Amino acid sequence: MNAPIDSAQASLLTDPVNVSRRRFLAGTAVGALVLGFGLPLGSARVQAAATVAGERGTQVPAFLEIRPDNTVRLLCPFMEGGQGTYTAMAQIVGEELDADPATFLVEAAPPGEAYVVMENGMRITGGSMSVRMSYPTMRRLGALARAMMLQAGAEKLGVPVGELTTEPGKVVHAASGRSVAYGELAERAMDLPVPDPASVKLRDPSQFRWIGKPVKRVDAYDKSTGKALYSIDLKVDDMLHAAVQHAPRLGMTIGNLRNEEQVKAMKGVHSVHRLPGAVAVVAERWWHAKRAVEAVQVDWLEPGADSKVRPMPADFSSDDYIKRLAAEKGPARDSENEGDVAGALASAKSKIEATYHNQYLNHGQLEPPSALARYNPDGSLEVWLPNQAPDMFRADIAKRTGLDASRITLHSPLLGGFFGRHFLYDSANPYPQAIELAKAVGRPVKLIWSREEEFVRDALRPVAAVNFRAALDADGLPIAIEAISATEGPTEALAGKQGEKNDPTALEGLAGKSYAIPNKRIAQIYVKGPMMLGYWRSVGNSLNDFFYEAFLDEIADKGGKDPFELRLHLLRDNQRLTTLLNAVGELSGGWKRGPFTAEDGSKRARGVAMASPFGTQTAVIAEVSIENGQVRVHDIWQAIDPGSIVNPAIVEAQVNGAVALGLSQTLVEEAVYIDGKPRARNYDLYPILPPSRMARVHVRIVESGEKMGGIGEPPLPAVAPAVANAVATLTGQRIRSMPLSRYTFT
Amino acid sequence: MELRINQKTYQVDADADTPLLWVIRDDLGMTGTKYGCGLAQCGACSVLVDGNVVRSCVTPVAGVVGREVTTIEAIEADEVGKRVVATWVEHQVAQCGYCQSGQVMAATALLKNNPNPNDAQIEAAMVNLCRCGTYNAIQAAVHDLAGQPATKGDA
Repeated sequence: MNAPIDSAQASLLTDPVNVSRRRFLAGTAVGALVLGFGLPLGSARVQAAATVAGERGTQVPAFLEIRPDNTVRLLCPFMEGGQGTYTAMAQIVGEELDADPATFLVEAAPPGEAYVVMENGMRITGGSMSVRMSYPTMRRLGALARAMMLQAGAEKLGVPVGELTTEPGKVVHAASGRSVAYGELAERAMDLPVPDPASVKLRDPSQFRWIGKPVKRVDAYDKSTGKALYSIDLKVDDMLHAAVQHAPRLGMTIGNLRNEEQVKAMKGVHSVHRLPGAVAVVAERWWHAKRAVEAVQVDWLEPGADSKVRPMPADFSSDDYIKRLAAEKGPARDSENEGDVAGALASAKSKIEATYHNQYLNHGQLEPPSALARYNPDGSLEVWLPNQAPDMFRADIAKRTGLDASRITLHSPLLGGFFGRHFLYDSANPYPQAIELAKAVGRPVKLIWSREEEFVRDALRPVAAVNFRAALDADGLPIAIEAISATEGPTEALAGKQGEKNDPTALEGLAGKSYAIPNKRIAQIYVKGPMMLGYWRSVGNSLNDFFYEAFLDEIADKGGKDPFELRLHLLRDNQRLTTLLNAVGELSGGWKRGPFTAEDGSKRARGVAMASPFGTQTAVIAEVSIENGQVRVHDIWQAIDPGSIVNPAIVEAQVNGAVALGLSQTLVEEAVYIDGKPRARNYDLYPILPPSRMARVHVRIVESGEKMGGIGEPPLPAVAPAVANAVATLTGQRIRSMPLSRYTFT
Repeated sequence: MELRINQKTYQVDADADTPLLWVIRDDLGMTGTKYGCGLAQCGACSVLVDGNVVRSCVTPVAGVVGREVTTIEAIEADEVGKRVVATWVEHQVAQCGYCQSGQVMAATALLKNNPNPNDAQIEAAMVNLCRCGTYNAIQAAVHDLAGQPATKGDA
């Protein structure tokens, strides 16, 4: 084909990128032979360690390789998709191992019991759980590795281990002034038995060098130079490319292909394939595959009664569906019920009620989904794919292919954004197609979903319509609140039915509020809908905190109270949240609601809102004006209390990112379905927040010392209600739905 | 056809209307330039053609014959590009990183053509989408490069 090909490119063409050049660490001269890309996922040592049952997160050799040059390779239980977990894990392990996080090379660990390190017995990357659920375990892992280094050092130096200590990257014998670099000791150390987990002492937090500091990300340079590799970038020898055309509505099946012969004759086409709900073209180049598959004229057949997927009806309209939700009357099942809501409403001095709703959303992660599948000559299967839960994906692949899990190697490259996109959603992942195609053609196949094919199969953020009622006493203070949400939670959607209890992800953000309102009822009317639903950054909180916190401002207005003061009053017995709310007030220069005239002459107002997602507490103030009939958000002030933190710079970056996504759903974003089809299948008709509509973001981290909470999702939910409340103050127009692009402001 | 990419000459066997993006990624194996939308909406595929930023997903490969294409793979061979990368790292801009090749290319093109852009020029040039919401970090980095005090966005 093309010349010249430099050596790096040549190696790409012959080796599986990022994978097969990994060298085995078996044998003796381990250190000297580590020339490639580190520890192989299939090495005997890793496999042995990864299958040994024992106390969680103690199989040191399964996680760590320390190289002759003192770099530390960490196989991370969590996927890196921008949230900074690779860096956080390098900080946590490095702190206890006594190795600078800057010397770490972090990659995703393979599936396996050894990497189940979360205190809830799971291994997923989601729910803002990675650090908070594994923090003590990952610290202990580092401490165990350090103990092994010390033991190896004692043998090497011929002194009692008690005379040794460590400095970053080395074992030190102070008495003789001698030291040995970790890289020199690693081979010996990793062959030692792992010490009793109870025998290691963790560092005193007052002595932390890296935890709690703004340590630089381990992936910043590679991600600034195009060197970072994502699933979509991978290539293996002899690989073919594939593209698909999905049925326009989920559940439809392939009938006749009217022009199959012509398509087969198109340039570069290898073969045409019928898959469940999709037609695929395999070609030597992805562009050829895409062009050809788009040219296929398919007679799509309506879903049968035996459809294995959730069929999308031909007359489905998202706007009509949301109207129907708002009119649902029951029966409702309670998630919270305290006091006597009905009695309080009946005898109240004044009452208020309102109906809110939200919109469907795509994940819109910038990397379109892809999967690379290769059957090896021995019949084993390798799959490279974006995922947030490797063990679940491998189990699913085993089920689909009939292969034993031990015959499936699953690789988890960097994620080009995720936001909940890469969980196991039946019909929303390309890997089943890639595996089927690889099997059919007898060669490795990389399948990329074009943006259009992604948008039509993404699992969407759920919608809800919530009917609120509140009762106020003679002083204008709320004494009762009732929220009845007609909705289907993502977990209910994946199960296809309602569980024994309400789906917590359906009501979080309505449930779990901390305001002292004596009578409250939070309930769900379960409505099974036709849309494939998924988890979207901050999940139920992304809609429910909008509803609740905006309605709370309506209550404040009804009672003649300032919304900031009302919140302080309702939190008067909650020191943590009082501190947090005051912190955001202070950060914004003191609470002022407005409307007021800004220095540039524009009329502005501010809104406030709070949220308690994923174990973290947040408070947000937004400042808005109206420009050309649309809302402009100038500033977001956010105070966040996750208990304690690992990296303040990454926390600040995550707040910025969550604010951006929060503003996106508030201002511009919605997935609209008409006649069972999405109106938008790309960013042209599905706008996501552009740079011009970003706000300045001001962050204050409050470390209360309470139990550690999440970081990736918590800064999102309070953004929408803070903006909506500011808009209501500025315009007098109460906002009860998103996005605001559906409203006109003057 | 003959292409000049990153100061090298390549012989490429592709249809004239094949997007430059897919020639770079699949034919030439350089994957730093990303596919995001295929419609010139997101900018993840940004490359330089004769020093100007273009969206390679909608640029027919025939259109760059006889021109000098620069991709992210060679960005540090350019003095301005090298400064942009260093500043991107210094400001810790990237989150998932998928859009950042394109963001770095856009910033490099801006600064090569105008070493001291003002706020309006920066806003007009830095329009690529980022789903992680790194916009304020990008603003701060570009302002720094433009010799203006770093700000937290221009809202």
